Amino acid sequence: MKKEGKEYIWKDYQKEIAEDKYFYVRSCVRQNFFPGSEWAFQKILREELKKDLFENAAHTSCTGIGYHTEIVPFETMMTVVARQFALMTEAGYEHFVSSCITSFGIYSEILETWEHFPETEARAHQYLKEATGRDFIKPKNLAHTGDIIYKFRKEIVAKGKYRLVHHQTGEPLKIVEHIGCHYSKMFPHRGIGGAEYPYVLVGMIEDWGGKVVDYPERRHCCGFGFRQYIVRANRGYSIACSRKKFESMEPYHPDAILTNCPGCPMFLDRWQYAISEMEGKTYGENGHGIPVLTYEELAGLVLGYDPWDLGLQVHQVPVEPLLDKIGIPYDPSKKFLGKDGRDLGRPEAPHFLKFYKES
Amino acid sequence: MKKDKWGYGIHPDRQIDLDNANLSLLELVRQSEPSYNLCIACGSCAATCTAGNLTTISLRRINIYLQRGMIKELREEIRRCMLCGKCYLACPRGVNTRHVIIAIHEALKATGYEEL
Ligand code: SF4
Ligand code: SF4
Repeated sequence: MKKEGKEYIWKDYQKEIAEDKYFYVRSCVRQNFFPGSEWAFQKILREELKKDLFENAAHTSCTGIGYHTEIVPFETMMTVVARQFALMTEAGYEHFVSSCITSFGIYSEILETWEHFPETEARAHQYLKEATGRDFIKPKNLAHTGDIIYKFRKEIVAKGKYRLVHHQTGEPLKIVEHIGCHYSKMFPHRGIGGAEYPYVLVGMIEDWGGKVVDYPERRHCCGFGFRQYIVRANRGYSIACSRKKFESMEPYHPDAILTNCPGCPMFLDRWQYAISEMEGKTYGENGHGIPVLTYEELAGLVLGYDPWDLGLQVHQVPVEPLLDKIGIPYDPSKKFLGKDGRDLGRPEAPHFLKFYKES
Repeated sequence: MKKDKWGYGIHPDRQIDLDNANLSLLELVRQSEPSYNLCIACGSCAATCTAGNLTTISLRRINIYLQRGMIKELREEIRRCMLCGKCYLACPRGVNTRHVIIAIHEALKATGYEEL
């Protein structure tokens, strides 16, 4: 196919992402899992890109996890979401940016439902009015925070200190990209590259100097799957999904895994520990795991932020092998110090997965 | 292992990987009974099977096991056939199903898988 033809078709796989003036909503779980990520996003947007990012502390959970586990009904969730939109309307913003893929999927599902069934939207207005006295205007633009980092990926690397290349050999680092299922598998036109060619993380990796690993189970679920994990008896399914991905990517020797969802980095990171404890198997080099990063953490590293400010010390799979490859300096003695400099103690080392650097 | 500590284990993978499937038996059966190649997996054989009313045997499932190289399951399943030939009468494609079963027995013997 001619290049022009490809470019023409590719246009259908793009989405519009607002340029500025974002109403930002956090995830309810990410600050526990990867505490530096949302901080890094705010710092990058405000300080590096000089964007207007507004946050309202009255924002609540979107109730998506409750919805996907069939505890919260659609009508309830829709009213909660209508309230988030009301907070945005009251603050005078029109561009809604969600930090969470589950929430992004929920907002997409609700906006799509309203588009096809306007009477449902009318009910949302009515319920919200009755419950809170508020009203809302639908967002003009809905984006995931990963979309925003993608949009400004070239600006980020232009300001950056590091690139995703081995500092000694100059070789591009091999990065696995994992897209959260709810990003574009449900509503393909709402994601960059759609469901078939999700490009949001690939764009970052390629523009920041790395090389994307294409492996057989690239589009397989990370294993979170809500009820697969939340119901303890089902966790065998969850960990089996993650293992399927690790087994499939292992022969390509990836240097890191990049994710865009709250659940995926959690499970791809923590399950490496669980698999190593259950089976003695590790997937990185010399008994290490494969470091798993969020796109904000990776953007922060490219920009030269301190790894411990980015919260990389709370990862179950240590990220030091990746930092060493890129040539990012870090102080091991500060790894487990709190914000105030207090020693938080050292976690117990796993039996098989290498956790502490040999001295 | 360690199920007690975790409360769950890792579920075994049930993916069928045709790139790595053992299709040696399938080849032997195809050679020994060429009419097998005409099978359209309609299931008439399984529906008519008397043994299938009393046991789990299904000739259509046997075909699937054979085509996926699932030798252990295949070995178990064909033991239930009484070689009556009723399925052969029902087959719209004229597959000599009775001989297919015999050919599988022979192929298992020839490859040594019967002993495993
Ligand atoms: S030959 Fe075997 S499979 Fe066919 S009908 Fe008889 S018992 Fe069933
Ligand atoms: S009846 Fe014949 S064609 Fe149909 S599944 Fe059985 S062997 Fe195949």
